[in-house]
Amino acid sequence: MPYQPVLTSHVNEPNSFTLDFYLKNLRGYEGLRKALTQKPNDIIEQVKASGLRGRGGAGFPTGMKWQFVLKDTPKPKYIACNADESEPGTFKDHVLMERNPHLLIEGCAIACYAIGAKVAYIYIRGEFFHVQQILEAEIEKAYKAGYLGQNILGSGFDCDVFIHRGAGAYEAGEETALIESLEGKRAQPRLKPPFPAVEGLYNCPTAVNNVETLCNVPPIVLNGAEWFAKMGPEKNGGPKLFCISGHVKKPGVYEASMNTTLRELIYDYAGGMRGDRAFKAIIPGGSSVPLLLEKDLDTPASFDAIQKAGSLLGSAGLIVLDDTVCMVWLAMNLLHFYRHESCGKCTPCREGCDWLYKLLLRLERGEGQAKDLDLLFGVSNNIVGKTLCAFGDAAATPVLSTMKLFRAEYEAHVREGRCTLPADWRARTPALAGAH
Amino acid sequence: MSFHPPMEYTPAKFHRSERKLAEPGEPFTYTAENQKKFDEVVQRYPPDRRKSAILYALYLVQNQQGYITAAGMRLVAEQIRCTPAEVEDVVSYYTMFYTRPVGKYVLNVCRTLSCALLGAERVTEELSAKLGIKPGETDPTGTFTLVEVECLGACDRAPVVMVNDDWHEGLTPEQCATFVDDIRARGQSAFTGCHLRKEGGPAEAGPYERK
Repeated sequence: MPYQPVLTSHVNEPNSFTLDFYLKNLRGYEGLRKALTQKPNDIIEQVKASGLRGRGGAGFPTGMKWQFVLKDTPKPKYIACNADESEPGTFKDHVLMERNPHLLIEGCAIACYAIGAKVAYIYIRGEFFHVQQILEAEIEKAYKAGYLGQNILGSGFDCDVFIHRGAGAYEAGEETALIESLEGKRAQPRLKPPFPAVEGLYNCPTAVNNVETLCNVPPIVLNGAEWFAKMGPEKNGGPKLFCISGHVKKPGVYEASMNTTLRELIYDYAGGMRGDRAFKAIIPGGSSVPLLLEKDLDTPASFDAIQKAGSLLGSAGLIVLDDTVCMVWLAMNLLHFYRHESCGKCTPCREGCDWLYKLLLRLERGEGQAKDLDLLFGVSNNIVGKTLCAFGDAAATPVLSTMKLFRAEYEAHVREGRCTLPADWRARTPALAGAH
Repeated sequence: MSFHPPMEYTPAKFHRSERKLAEPGEPFTYTAENQKKFDEVVQRYPPDRRKSAILYALYLVQNQQGYITAAGMRLVAEQIRCTPAEVEDVVSYYTMFYTRPVGKYVLNVCRTLSCALLGAERVTEELSAKLGIKPGETDPTGTFTLVEVECLGACDRAPVVMVNDDWHEGLTPEQCATFVDDIRARGQSAFTGCHLRKEGGPAEAGPYERK
């Protein structure tokens, strides 16, 4: 049986974001109605049994996260929805929020009910203002229809969902940095423990969940944990959104089960390589994960299988690279990103990213020396594992991974004093077919 | 007795930091409408956590006067009930706040990997040549500011340009010159906006309603 989309089944239809459409075609708010007849703990058990893993990048089981939220405390509890989608190559939450916002709203309400929170904050990145406008209008409709606010559906449960607009900080996607930003400070990570489940927003127990994670909750409540777990390999159940970008014919967001291999995603879903050029490498989970090569393409795109192949599924942002891409340039481009986005709290990352970028720039221009390669390796290894959050590891990964897999290209840059790939590769900008 | 050599605090020896201070700006208050908006949004947070509304308060300042001045920061500090230094701390961190005047249209060209693979560097070059300004500058007429930014989260429609709060997707280097002329002629309607339709999908289904 072909895969039936769950989260994005109707996103291509006009007005799919409206409340009427959601109620009519997507069994809207039935999950919430069903959840409110059950005990909060039962919902956590269901989510645990489903094996739902966080879709933001770490792949941590959501049910466990909710269970860790401190329950016997007089403090209020919070849900913080991470809609600060900034990982390069990732654009899935964007689709969900713009085309299926009520699924997220329903997910937030169920999550609040499960952990005993009364407020959910959706932290949306500042650049998604057009998404925010849609989401705000739809939240207002949900309030009017009685799916949010006081005494929801006559159950006595109160829940508010508020939007909090960020202002351009990649680091705010890290859960403690997101909490700091919600509190009105710089988005810088905190020392853990205490984890947010114990002391999060306003020092109260908080669960920070990705948009896609919360969107998976209503279908689980509605269809049962078993249905969800069966969809995909063991411990990697459920629908998954894959964002495919780079040198493919049809870039976009595709929903599939995690049984799907990388090859199927590239050649069947995304239409194959642009210009039918040769495949060189793929970044399978947003810019922060190691690259995979042609030989790894038959790996199923699941958290465990990709990890076994030596990378991470991360946020499932697949960036496909063809044979024209210079790997030194790629590392330089990404380090420019990390250098700019490093929050500056930990010295290894703040200083290290800057130095990595300078070294890579020098190499890319053909002014590098042989000893720079050792220096790159040394600086990278002095960032990994020495920072408060995973940003440091993420920043060093493009360098370490490209050096491991494509060391010959680095050496050629040093030896020849230039890039040995065809000189015009960067000028090659295929027009986006049918974009306008 | 001190073992340290005597320190001279003469003007010749004493150097102030070269950090540029925020422009003081004219005395600033919210319009009645913005004040109302702020008072409404601050209710979303617990009463002793007014500081959570700081980003919103700063957006209001920026929308009202185009950029954030020291006077604007002082007003936010009063509203939030914190010190102006804490406000400046936040302003200086987030990239979407401007502390200098910007043009009517701020062209934010995404330069991160997926866009760069499809020619974002050349888009910046072309826009730069057309407008006669370098990234980070504003043209003499005050119409355009060109900025290079990091991933905007629309990698499937690369290269992407964010213009103020709107998006323009799939801008090729060849289209840059006409794009600028188009903005001059038609303003906001020159942007494609964000359209979430898969290629090959029912694109003909028509654009969804946008507010």
